[in-house]
Parts: sequence; structure tokens; C-alpha cells
Amino acid sequence: MICINCPLGCMLTVSRGEDGTVSVTGNTCPRGEAYGRTELTDPRRTVTSTVRVKGRKDCAVSVKTASPIPKGKIMECMKALKETEANPPVAVGDVVLENVAGTGVAVVATRNVG
Amino acid sequence: MQDVLIIGGGPAGLAAALSAKEAGIDRLLILERDVELGGILNQCIHNGFGLHTFQEELTGPEYAARYVQKVKEAGIPYMLQTIVIDISGQDNGEKLVTAMNREKGLFTVSAKAVILAMGCRERPRGALNIPGFRPAGIYSAGTAQRFVNMEGRMPGKEVVILGSGDIGLIMARRMTLEGAAVKAVAELMPYSGGLKRNIAQCLDDFGIPLKLSHTVVDISGKERVTGVTLAQVDENRRPIPGTEEYIPCDTLLLSCGLIPENELSTGLGVELNPATSGPVVNESLETSVPGVFACGNVLHVHDLVDYVSEEAAAAGAFAAAYVQDKSLQEPKERREIKLAAKNGVRYTVPSSVRPDLMEEDQLVRFRVGDVFKDVYVTVYFDGVPVISQKKRVMAPGEMEQLRLKKEKIQEFPELGRITFTIEKENKVTAGTQKRAERGMA
Amino acid sequence: MSRKIYDVIVIGAGVSGCAAARELAREQRRIAVLERESDVCEGTSKANSGIVHAGYDAEPGTLKARLNIEGNRIMEELSRELDFPFKRNGSFVITFEESGKDKLQELYERGRANGVPDMELLTGEEAVKREPELSGEVKAALYAPTAGIVCPFGLNIALAENAAVNGVDFYLNTEVTAISREEDGFLVTAGEEEFQASVIVNAAGVYADRLHHMVSREKLRITPRRGEYCLFDKSAGGLVKSTIFQLPSARGKGILVTPTVHGNLLAGPTAEDISDKEGVNTTSEGLEKVLKIGAQSVRDLPVRQVITSFAGLRAHEDSGDFVIKEAADAPGFFDVAGIASPGLTSAPAIGVYVAKLVQERFPASAKEHFNSVRKGIPNIAEASMKEREELIRQNPAYANVICRCELVTEGEILDAIHRPLGATTLDGIKRRTRAGLGRCQAGFCSPRIAQILARECGWDLSKITKAGGESVLLTGYNKEGV
Repeated sequence: MICINCPLGCMLTVSRGEDGTVSVTGNTCPRGEAYGRTELTDPRRTVTSTVRVKGRKDCAVSVKTASPIPKGKIMECMKALKETEANPPVAVGDVVLENVAGTGVAVVATRNVG
Repeated sequence: MQDVLIIGGGPAGLAAALSAKEAGIDRLLILERDVELGGILNQCIHNGFGLHTFQEELTGPEYAARYVQKVKEAGIPYMLQTIVIDISGQDNGEKLVTAMNREKGLFTVSAKAVILAMGCRERPRGALNIPGFRPAGIYSAGTAQRFVNMEGRMPGKEVVILGSGDIGLIMARRMTLEGAAVKAVAELMPYSGGLKRNIAQCLDDFGIPLKLSHTVVDISGKERVTGVTLAQVDENRRPIPGTEEYIPCDTLLLSCGLIPENELSTGLGVELNPATSGPVVNESLETSVPGVFACGNVLHVHDLVDYVSEEAAAAGAFAAAYVQDKSLQEPKERREIKLAAKNGVRYTVPSSVRPDLMEEDQLVRFRVGDVFKDVYVTVYFDGVPVISQKKRVMAPGEMEQLRLKKEKIQEFPELGRITFTIEKENKVTAGTQKRAERGMA
Repeated sequence: MSRKIYDVIVIGAGVSGCAAARELAREQRRIAVLERESDVCEGTSKANSGIVHAGYDAEPGTLKARLNIEGNRIMEELSRELDFPFKRNGSFVITFEESGKDKLQELYERGRANGVPDMELLTGEEAVKREPELSGEVKAALYAPTAGIVCPFGLNIALAENAAVNGVDFYLNTEVTAISREEDGFLVTAGEEEFQASVIVNAAGVYADRLHHMVSREKLRITPRRGEYCLFDKSAGGLVKSTIFQLPSARGKGILVTPTVHGNLLAGPTAEDISDKEGVNTTSEGLEKVLKIGAQSVRDLPVRQVITSFAGLRAHEDSGDFVIKEAADAPGFFDVAGIASPGLTSAPAIGVYVAKLVQERFPASAKEHFNSVRKGIPNIAEASMKEREELIRQNPAYANVICRCELVTEGEILDAIHRPLGATTLDGIKRRTRAGLGRCQAGFCSPRIAQILARECGWDLSKITKAGGESVLLTGYNKEGV
């Protein structure tokens, strides 16, 4: 698999031994090893999107999950954001939605809207 | 009258301004054409920015916001919605910049040094000469990105993307997440122009097919796009008859390359490098017009904003030095060594170094023109191979860098040309290997 | 549905129809122009070479010859009266073969017979001396200093606006679906709407034959002749000063290389007879041909600087000449058909000619207050510093640049929207201001122009189109499909 941590895009080989231990090769940094491990056992992604701003036409505020969420929850996360509106003013880091899709992860604004 | 005038308030302009300020320049001004600082980063809402600069992963607007914050804290003045329409040189060496905005109307600013940080634009459909109708629904990826990320509006529901540059890949994911069906990403070349991780997390994650060696040979739809026809291309990038495939869709996004915006630069007489479409610069990122510096995507198209910030900070420092050190403003014959790109290397930035003025450790950025595996980036000092750096994979989509040591160059007093090439084997012989290693980062 | 009653109905708001409407408006008539598209200048008039031909091509004695010469003669004055861009830049017809000299001589004689002034036959060297980027293989050339270039949008829109100011009603998005003869004139049906008039001017471009046959049995057949073009960046606009034609030969025919009046370079057109009256698609073969043949005319055609390509349909009538006359079996029905090249050049003269035909048969007395002068939208990009300062003082929106490539300001876009027959689409704004016509081809400015248009018209963004109809820019909000 290709490591998505940084632009290097290292080609990782991740394998699970008979005893259940996971080994990662091909990485150039510790983050690559961690990525390889998680990708096999619990793949996660940071989701970035937008939510509407209450009372503003044609205005969207960009948001992200404060930390990566399980890959399988991505579309559920989008569904939750569909129903979410941010109250202006919004500042970078403001939580616009707690515990998105039951992941325990908050969605935060990544942009200021005055 | 300004000491340093920065044209463009995107990541390059902001970093350049901050570094000029830090170097002690107080009379400086940023001119930005958009309604806010931050440039294109404001619409790049995906994450992956800032790992080098801030050691954390940020989205584009967050990365921009940090620099904007710093600029504001530093009290650096800026004007928004201000377009520069002309830069001209004056007899005393100063530059006269003509600009306009709603508040001040048409006005001029003179400056001792100018930093070009205007960024780049996307290559449009016409430049690709895609045949077919010209209906609505054909957008450059960046235009679509603005609609979706800034205005919350969808430019289409069923999408084909031509070009696998990073913006195209990122938009494939964005459109999918926002509810559109991305049917394919077609790429003319046999390799992607984007970063590997973007193929993994933007296409593979969502099962979007990447069709390498494919292009759009026809666009259907008289009012709005109703479909596109893809075809496979041969090694000369010509469509192969019989391989056509019609894909119904209402939108075609183009991500086929970025072009530095140098109309102002050429108006001033700045010499451009045909390989980059950006200015030819020396080690100080100074263009062929003394006192005019360039950085960021106006200089050459980057794939990482972190490198833009780094390069721009250097340009800001050089511009400050130019203003502060009178000797730099006077015409003076200095030894200048040309950097040449050959044999797989498309270009280098800078295009020349002046040993007198170069730093101990000169950063050289470059791109290759093809995909290479298990090769050596080789640097020749005139005919002598002095650096050979092994690379497992190199691709045109990814910017490379290498450092030249000043002391190394000084060992070659007659040196006229430094040539960057790609070689299959290590040309630096055992005897010179040790010396070469000293010249490497 | 109540009928709208007019004296004259012009069908088609292309350059011929608008020229006719404007000339007819000099007399006291109630005039309507019906146009199926959302704007004027949407068919053949928007996609052509923008050339004002000198007049040596057409056979002496034809309407084409006569109206070409006349149109060329009055274009300059009209460009001042109606404030549209026109430039007399001269044209060369070049040949690469010795044998071509005879044909040049023929053209020269024909030009003389038609009344083209000041033509010169040149040797290849003389030609290259005058136009240094001409191919060195040129053996001889015909030079005509009276040839010129015009902005086809500018001419068409200026005629339309001036007609509108003089009382002509324009009905856009109004496609004529039927015409029937009545006791004292015609009933024109356009979808739900009905119009009545004693005179019809059929200026419907490639559809003129269909409309003609709604009332007449006379033979008229229009074949759409597709011409494909490549437009080059302004940085290539200075390659040649004049318009360069090639003599028709085995190496191709009819593909010219010319500067445009706005400073771009244009190459084309191909000439392909097709059956689809909507077939304005470009083809890979066509574009390739344009670049290949264009490259023979000049030393270095900068093929990498193409910014867009397009195709237009010329309305070719079987007779080969313009068909401008009253149908013998349908009194009051005037065809303005087969207006292929040199149609744009001839347009001002076509307008005068049509008005004369109508006036002879359906006389009306002159209007007391015909206003023949029209002032165009300011052009910040081409204005002097002083003019810019003055405009910005009047309205600071003239300092707010929206289209960076062509330096088009918000002020100009507002003008385009709020003028008589104002723009309602992105293409409409483009043709009036050049916003989006530059090297980035609207990538940067289209979202911004869409916002301005929505704001000024009081529409939601979802209503904004490229060129009317279904050509919407946006298909919904984020996450609607999630």
C-alpha cells in the first residue's frame, strides 16, 4: 500500500504474522510504520468538507474531523454534515459538530467566517 | 515609496513579506487582487499542508490563516482587491508599480525591490485543443473547487476528470464526498501527474478508476455536457482508433497543468525560462531585472506549499539584503555559474549561482521529465561528475531538491557550468566519491 | 393569447437581422426582432473570422460583390458612429507556387472589376518585406490595403443596441415555430406567442430555408458549412499585422491567419459541408488542419499558445450568392438568406439594402428623431491612464478587476448587464466585455461574474447560465446527493 502521510508516498508492505503481529516494511519514517499498522487493522481518514453557514446565502465554511475517523464512517460523516449548519461568526477550530457519526471525533471549522 | 513591494498575498507573498520584515525592512507593502489574503489556499480545504513548516497536518485555509495572523501581528501593510496592471523600471533602479482598487482608484507605488508572487493559473480546455461542443459543464478543476469549497455549490452530478494533477485528484474526492459520481479520471500520460498519496486516498479509497494513457476525444452536449468520449492514446499521445468509450456525464473537469502568471513580469522585461514559464533566477531568486525577485508558483509550479513558503522566505530575505546592501544595487561584474538541466532533468531553480553571494549550502530545486526508476541524480561540474544521488523513483509530478556546497564549488575555480542529469549508474568514481559526498546534503 | 402587432418582424438577431432592423427603424415602423437564443449574436455572427474583406473574391455582378464593397466602404464610419472596434489592417493573398501568379492576377482583375481600390501585386520578397513573418516560400502575393478586421460581437451588439434605442422590440428566447399568411400580412407563431406583421425579414441564418418554406414554394437550400478556428494568446497577436490568406490550391484553401481587432491571433476556418444545423462542434481533424495549414503561411505559428478553439456555421445557399429579395409567391416576405462570407463585411450594406427593398414596397415616412449614435461600454484595458482615472472617479467599480486576463472590471460588467439589451448570461457578458475570453478562458472569473449577474438580476445562482436554456453553471448544493 502507498503511505498517505506525506508527499513521499512510500510503498509499504504490511503483513500479519501467524502470531497476529503486524510488520511494516518500506517505510522511511515512524509515521509510515504507524500508518501501515492502522491501515491494516483500523484504517482511518481525516474528512474535510464544508457546512452551510446559518443565514448566509452561497457561503460555506470549510471543516475537518479533528482527527482521523474510521474509513467506513466517511459517508455517514458526510450525511451528518448535510444536516449541520454553523452559526456565524465562526473561527478556525470552532466545533461545529460533536461526536460525528458516533466516532467520538468532533468536526471543527478550518476557516474564519465573520 | 516602499523598500520592498510584494505582488500577491498568497502563501508566497505572505512568507516573503514576513521574512523581509524579519530582516529589518519596515517600508513594505503587499498588493493582493482577491478579497482576502491567503491566495488559492483558501479554497484548498483538504488536509496535508504544513507538515514541514508546522510539523502538523493542516488544511489550506488553516495554513493560510497562520501566515495571515503572523503578517497582521508583524504589522505588515497590505491592500486587498488591488490589481497591479504594470511594473516598469526607472532610471534610478527603482521600480514603478501601477495598480488600482476601488478606494484609491489608479495609483502608483515606487519600490527599491519588488517580489513577484502572483502564483499560477490553470491550463484551459483550448490549450489542450479538445474537440467537440462547447457547452456549460466544462470547468478547470480549480474553478469547480471554488464553487464547491467556497460557495457550497455543486458544478455537476456526474463527473469525468481529465488530467491526474493533484487538483484533479483532490477534486475527484471532493466531488464524491459531496454526492457526485466521479466516473473516471483520464490521464494522457502513462503516469499520473499527481502525488502518489493522492491517488491512494482520493481515487483508490473511493474506487474511482484512473485511466492512464487516455484522453478526451469528444465532448457531447449542446447546452450542458451530456457525455465525453475517452480514447486510449499511443506512445506519441495520439488517440488509438477503435478504443473510444463514451461516458455519459454532465461535467468535465480539467486538471491538465498549471502555468505561472508572468504577464506582469514579461511586461517589465523579465527573462523567462521556457521549461518553467517562470522567470530565470539566480541563487538570490533575483530575476534578470535587478531588484526584482520571484518565488512560489510564479517562479515554478510547486506541489507542496511548504516549499513555497520556504522559497518565498528566502526571496524575502534576499530582497531585504538588496535594499540594505548598496553594493548589491550597483551593477558589478560577478562570477556567475550557469546551472543546466539535461538528460531527463527538465529545469533547475535557480538557473545560475554567483559563488560570491551564494549561501554555504545552496538549495537547488528541479523536476524530471519522465518517470525514472533506480537512477542517479548526477551533478557535473563542467565535465566532472561530482554528485551522484540514488533515487528509487522519480516522477514529473514531484519536485526534487538537492544542495550544492559553496566550498565544493570553490574547489573548481574555473567552473563554468553545473549540469544536472539523470544517469543509470553512479558516475562518481570511487576516488571522487568521498569528495562528492561532502557536496551533498 | 393576444397577438402582438408590428409592421415588420425580423427573424434572427444576428448581424444581418440587426443591421436590417436598425436601418428599418429610420422610418416610422413598429419593428420586432425575434431571436430563439437568449442573446443577440448567438449563431453564425459569433463564430467567424471577423474579417472585413476588401472585395476581390466575389464574381463581379453578384450581390456578394456589390454588398462586400459597399459594406467595406461604410464600415469605418459606422464603427465610429456605433463605437465598435474596427481596424483597416490590409490583407495578403499568398501563393507558394509560380503557377499561382496567374490566379493572383485573376483575383486582381476581379477586384478591379468589383471596384476594390489600391490593390498591388507583389513578388514574394516584396511581400515578406512588408510582413516579415510571412513564410519565406511565398512566391507572390496580392495586397489589398482596404481589408480590415472587426469585432463581430461588437458590430452585432452595437447594431442591436442602437436598433433597440430607436424603438425596435427584441424578443429573445423566442423561436419561430410557424408562419402563416393572412389577409393583410403574416401570423408568426413562436411557441405560446403570436405576432402579426405585414413584412417579415427572414434573417435566420442556417435556418432561413426552413422559415422560407413556411410561406414560399421557391427553391432555397441552405447548407451549413462548418468552419473551425483556433484562437491564440495575445502574446502571439503581433505575429502578423495583416490578414494572410492562401490561394486555394492543393495545399488547402481558405485558412487564414490574422490578428484580431483585440490583439489575439486567429487561424481558420476549415470548410466542411454538414447536415446538422447545430453542428458547431470542433473535430480533431479540423483543428489539426487549421494549425497545419496556418503554419504554412507564417514562419512560426505558435501552436502552443492556442487558448481556445471553436466552430461556426456559414449559411451557404446553393446559388452561391446572397439571397436578399422578396419571395415572389409571398409578398411581404423578404429573405436575407445565404449570408455566408463576406456576410459580416457586408452586414452594414445588407441592412441598407433590405431597408430599401422594404421601403420601396411598403413605404413609411422618415422618423424625426432617429438616433444613429451609440456609445459602447468603456474598455479599461485599452483606455489611457487619464481615461481610466476619469472612469474610476465616476464609478469606483471601474477599478475592481474581475477578469484578470483581459483586465475587465466590475464597472464594465455592470454596464454590460444594465445596457439596453443587456447581458443575462456569462457568454453575453463575455461578448460585450471580453471577460472570460482571455488566456485562462474564464477559469478565474466565471464564479465571480456569476455572482455579479445573480446579484444584479436578483436571481439565485442556480439560474445563471453560460448561454441560456439548459446551460446552467451549477447543478445544486453540496451534499444533496449524499
